[in-house]
Amino acid sequence: MVVIETKNLTYTYPGATKPSILNVSIKVEKGEFVLITGPSGCGKTTLCRTFNGLVPHFYQGELKGEISVAGIDTLKHHTYEMAKHVGLVFQNPENQLFALSVEKDVAFGLENMGFPREEMRKKVDWALNQTGIYDLRERSPHEISGGQQQRVAIASVLAMEPEIIVLDEPTSFLDPLSAAKIFEVIYDLNKKQGITVILVEHRLDLTAKYTNHLIVMDRGQIRFEGNPREILSSEKTRLIGVGIPKATLLYQMLKKDGLNLGTNVPLSSEELADQLLEALKPSD
Amino acid sequence: MSVFDGLRFRKVYSPIHNLDPRIKFVYVISIFVCAILFFQIIPLLLLFLLQIPFVLLAKVQRQWLRSLRGAAFLATLIFVINVATSYFTSGYHLTGPILESAAALTLRFVVLVESFSVFFLTTSPDHLGLALEESRVPYEFAFAFTTAVRFVPVLAEEAQTIMDAQKARGLELEKGGLLKRIRNYVPVLIPLIVSAIRRSLELAEAMESRAWGATKKRTNLYLLKLHRGDYALLAITVGILATAVYIHFYLSIPTITQLIH
Amino acid sequence: MIEAVDVHFSYPNKVEALKGVSLTVKDGEFVAIMGQNGAGKSTFVKHFNGLLKPTTGIVRADGVQTTKTSVAALSRNVGFVFQNPDHQLFSETVEEEIAFALKNFGFATDVIESRVTWALNLLSLTQYRKTSPFLLSGGERKRVALASVLAWDPKTLILDEPTIGQDHEQKEILRQFILQLQTQGKTVVIVTHDVEFVAESNPRVILMKEGKIVADGVGKDILTNPALLELASIVLPQIAQVFSKLSPLNLPKNIIDIYEAKDLILKAWESKTQK
Repeated sequence: MVVIETKNLTYTYPGATKPSILNVSIKVEKGEFVLITGPSGCGKTTLCRTFNGLVPHFYQGELKGEISVAGIDTLKHHTYEMAKHVGLVFQNPENQLFALSVEKDVAFGLENMGFPREEMRKKVDWALNQTGIYDLRERSPHEISGGQQQRVAIASVLAMEPEIIVLDEPTSFLDPLSAAKIFEVIYDLNKKQGITVILVEHRLDLTAKYTNHLIVMDRGQIRFEGNPREILSSEKTRLIGVGIPKATLLYQMLKKDGLNLGTNVPLSSEELADQLLEALKPSD
Repeated sequence: MSVFDGLRFRKVYSPIHNLDPRIKFVYVISIFVCAILFFQIIPLLLLFLLQIPFVLLAKVQRQWLRSLRGAAFLATLIFVINVATSYFTSGYHLTGPILESAAALTLRFVVLVESFSVFFLTTSPDHLGLALEESRVPYEFAFAFTTAVRFVPVLAEEAQTIMDAQKARGLELEKGGLLKRIRNYVPVLIPLIVSAIRRSLELAEAMESRAWGATKKRTNLYLLKLHRGDYALLAITVGILATAVYIHFYLSIPTITQLIH
Repeated sequence: MIEAVDVHFSYPNKVEALKGVSLTVKDGEFVAIMGQNGAGKSTFVKHFNGLLKPTTGIVRADGVQTTKTSVAALSRNVGFVFQNPDHQLFSETVEEEIAFALKNFGFATDVIESRVTWALNLLSLTQYRKTSPFLLSGGERKRVALASVLAWDPKTLILDEPTIGQDHEQKEILRQFILQLQTQGKTVVIVTHDVEFVAESNPRVILMKEGKIVADGVGKDILTNPALLELASIVLPQIAQVFSKLSPLNLPKNIIDIYEAKDLILKAWESKTQK
């Protein structure tokens, strides 16, 4: 079942000279883990914001083309209507949390939607548990670490039980360990809850292994879309300036010099290590 | 900063901290009314002394005393002006009653300041925000309040970082005459303001994405419930008010000068 | 040269951020200070230009004790580029932004003029000379901030988390740039948690944890030591991760360079197929 579909989506910010996204057509199936990447300024952030209507409603300007998210035409509906279908998590952990306690922040969306207290309590506790931050619930957002703050942001989006969660470079400000934890949380939500995930990231070495639907953008357009193993092993992708995982690069380099480790292009150090052990283990 | 210290909330848990802020506010307003009711020193002294058990129960003595010190300057000013005015208008007589009534007016000011100080010292911004949310105040105001409080430490840190960044480019904030020193702060204020604007935009995006404006009838995760302590304070407040009104209208209060003689 | 001798530092709220840190950075060195958020890295480097003064202990920059001189004087030789360029940008044009520090340090007008042109050129910002810095993109603003510090040509450059928010290509350009600065004899200190970036540059690496230095040595050795990295809560660079799992093959473990990795593997394969 298709949960997001866009046809020739084009958008120019008011006052800008050229469009940020141009003729973008994508299809996302329910339950997928989609990874969007590309150099700075390629339009991935703008694309994210079309999914819940921030573009064009918040940013003004004209959005051309067609878009349907969870069956809803975002052009004809308010952003607050989209909130129960699409949750958006942003880059800066600090600027997404407004309340004075974690659980009040998680409840924010539900409060806006007018849920009765007992129901909110249940959903908030559930979201806190899913993201592993239940014991932080009474803390103030300023006291907790960036990684914890992002988990609060995820929980507050999760509490509204959307079918889709979009995350725009959520780990930019985090150290690699905290980033890895966030990806694990997201992956869990995707696998166990069946939530469709759209993740925008630069750090492919940490994230490529989670997806089988990779979208590479450059200068507002989609350049490549499909299986990450094919895309990341292609020379053309490297030319765009995308950070190919070292494991994948090494696989390529070895292949060029005569050592073919197999048809499966590795996306993580584990996969490459397994291939190397297979190829190089001393024959008995 | 010490005057503000008297108003800043400390995360301490005491029976006073847990009281409903709305009831506490009613109490403070009542003290306010009582203070205005009297101009004699004895009842005002009693009102002042009445704060002390609350301060001790709430364990905020040190901060409370600090705010007293902060108010001392204005209090002295009030005293001196009152004495001077009475002195000149009564034909250059400096008498006991004049001093006493000036002291009373000063004490009235102190009582007003101190009761509010106790309120702010024992009420967390969360509690205050909650009280605002549950009252008839439109949600936008309560939200603006809690968000502002939430970002105060963030902005303070950012201001420090900006100052550091500009100092590292050779900016010497303390150099020069008054005008130059004010101009020195431009490289600190502009990034701060720009950052605040950017931050607001990001916050607005996040709010929109979390269904802001979905319904007119917002609900609340928390509920302020009144407990025994709150009813006790309410009873005390009513008692104080009633006693004050009675004393004011039906009893005549002696002044200290009269008692001495 | 920067010397820190048994530096202890506590913030006004009594939190002890540095618990006895000693370090010498010689002229021309390239040092990466790594560690978890909160380990004290930024706190430590802020002592190098006097922004922070040690509670106990001594910090010297080129022989001068930081407590005996002003931040402005120290900054003349120790340039500090902060993580967020928006914390510095305030001028109406990029040109004025770059000239700001030069004016503060008392350079002559004609010198300022030539230095500004030089800095704009160096960071490919010439076409933005008269543009407002607020209209530039994130990456461009970072370059303006960097240009405004390089303009006064400090001997030492400190970069606080320079790779955050940068895409692959921008990081590569930054890395090349740092190498260029190195060949010019500049001392470069970066504070970062980006292991891949450090692995590609192979500087001297210093690991910090909870206000102390827990490791100090060649990047290659430190970044491939799982015990050390776990102590400092850092992840192994990907190539090192691969090699850490290849113990049955008797390959060395301290590999972080992709070309070295390739050569080793090819050699191992050759020797296997020749048997």
